[in-house]
Amino acid sequence: MADLPGLLRGAVADERLALARLLTAIENDAPGLRELLPQLFAAGRGGHLVGITGPPGSGKSTLVNALTDEWRRRGQRVGIVAVDPSSPYTGGAIMGDRIRMMAHAADRDVFMRSMASRGELGGIAAATWMAAAALDAAGYDPILIETVGAGQSEIEIARLAETTVVVEVPEMGDEVQAIKAGLLEVADLLVVNKGDRPGADLAARHLRAMLSTAGGRIGRKPPPIMLTTATSGEGVAALADAIEAHRSVARSPQEAPARARNQVRRALAELALRRASQHRAWDSTLQSVSDGELDPFMAAERLLGEDDMA
Amino acid sequence: MDDDRSTPIRVLIAKPGLDGHDRGAKVLARGLRDEGFEVIYTGLRQTPEMIVDAAEQEDVDVIGMSILSGAHMALLPRVVELSRSRGMDDVLIAAGGIIPDADVAKLKAAGIGEIFGPGTSIGQIAGYFREHARRRA
Ligand SMILES: Nc1nc2c(ncn2[C@@H]2O[C@H](COP(=O)(O)OP(=O)(O)O)[C@@H](O)[C@H]2O)c(=O)[nH]1
Ligand SMILES: [Mg+2]
Repeated sequence: MADLPGLLRGAVADERLALARLLTAIENDAPGLRELLPQLFAAGRGGHLVGITGPPGSGKSTLVNALTDEWRRRGQRVGIVAVDPSSPYTGGAIMGDRIRMMAHAADRDVFMRSMASRGELGGIAAATWMAAAALDAAGYDPILIETVGAGQSEIEIARLAETTVVVEVPEMGDEVQAIKAGLLEVADLLVVNKGDRPGADLAARHLRAMLSTAGGRIGRKPPPIMLTTATSGEGVAALADAIEAHRSVARSPQEAPARARNQVRRALAELALRRASQHRAWDSTLQSVSDGELDPFMAAERLLGEDDMA
Repeated sequence: MDDDRSTPIRVLIAKPGLDGHDRGAKVLARGLRDEGFEVIYTGLRQTPEMIVDAAEQEDVDVIGMSILSGAHMALLPRVVELSRSRGMDDVLIAAGGIIPDADVAKLKAAGIGEIFGPGTSIGQIAGYFREHARRRA
């Protein structure tokens, strides 16, 4: 069994392999992780947790790379967690986000980790959150979390961040109608990337108009909309400024309590599901429900009622 | 501690050297995903330093390199050497490509676990990784 407190001490002392192995332990929910959590969070250094989400191919990884350029110029050490979906059939995954980060491959002040989502019961939102905490303890600030804004669990991950950036592209057209509800709710900043493509300005204006209507409906101020070209770096310094400015908003007495409550609620829902799924009677209880012998609420009560791990 | 692997094996697939296409590496990456591996794909023109830096941050169980360039004797042992010097002693390192028999023995002596020649199936590679990758809880 891995010596988790030792790995945490190593990570805090900027030993990269120790940090990497701590991240593995987090990913695998290794024995002893629960006991480590108080130390892990106590070791936090207040790094800014930034979520970057949006549809596949919108340029998130390229933008993460461009933002990393910018923050490195400003003397910040940048931590990155890139989450990609696991195949529901084989459990495997391909994670290609590092391809866009080659320019930072040899930079000791950039640490990037790819994580596969490992299915609904894998607890990816909690794992991502703890991974960000580990990068924070190791002194990275900001910590960027890239997720594909496709499924509910990815949106859940984005919601754990202090500042969430949603990346769209000019060609989104009608798709945006379908995704805006979920994504609008999580966006603190909305980016129209691929600003070099025709119609980018128009798309940004369009989105602004649309969001001010939709925002009114859900009683939330529409997020600022920014135009970037991740491949050339255009608009990226302004985006980095906007992200930094949002940090103090997220930590203000007006927003911080609601955000913290939200985070705890998400983490609890996920941990409860995960723990219940490890209960010795998980399979038999699900069977009883599908046989009509037990109602779902009694089942949930049974699975959460006692700490009886398989 | 049980011997069953409860988590997927993490594999870094890299393309060291200067030659400019990576179709084979991509096919391998997809095939391994379909075999249930978590594959981190790093793209073209990787130096040994870049490969080992990535493998360290990703804490992979396996480094798999696809090489065509003929520079294998310079690049592959260097990856082993750098990995070991960073304390990654238990990471399995393997390569695929057209490598002369005489060099295969030398590379294995230098710490490359296996060399897969052209025509090796993905199933064979997956089987080898499953058998030889380190296990953890
Ligand atoms: N024209 C243009 N292409 C871009 C821009 N940003 C990213 N791309 C390209 O879009 C593709 C997908 O980018 P990637 O960052 O991998 O997207 P992700 O899936 O959202 O992470 C790549 O081919 C990028 O080079 C941009 O600002 N302009
Ligand atoms: Mg990406």
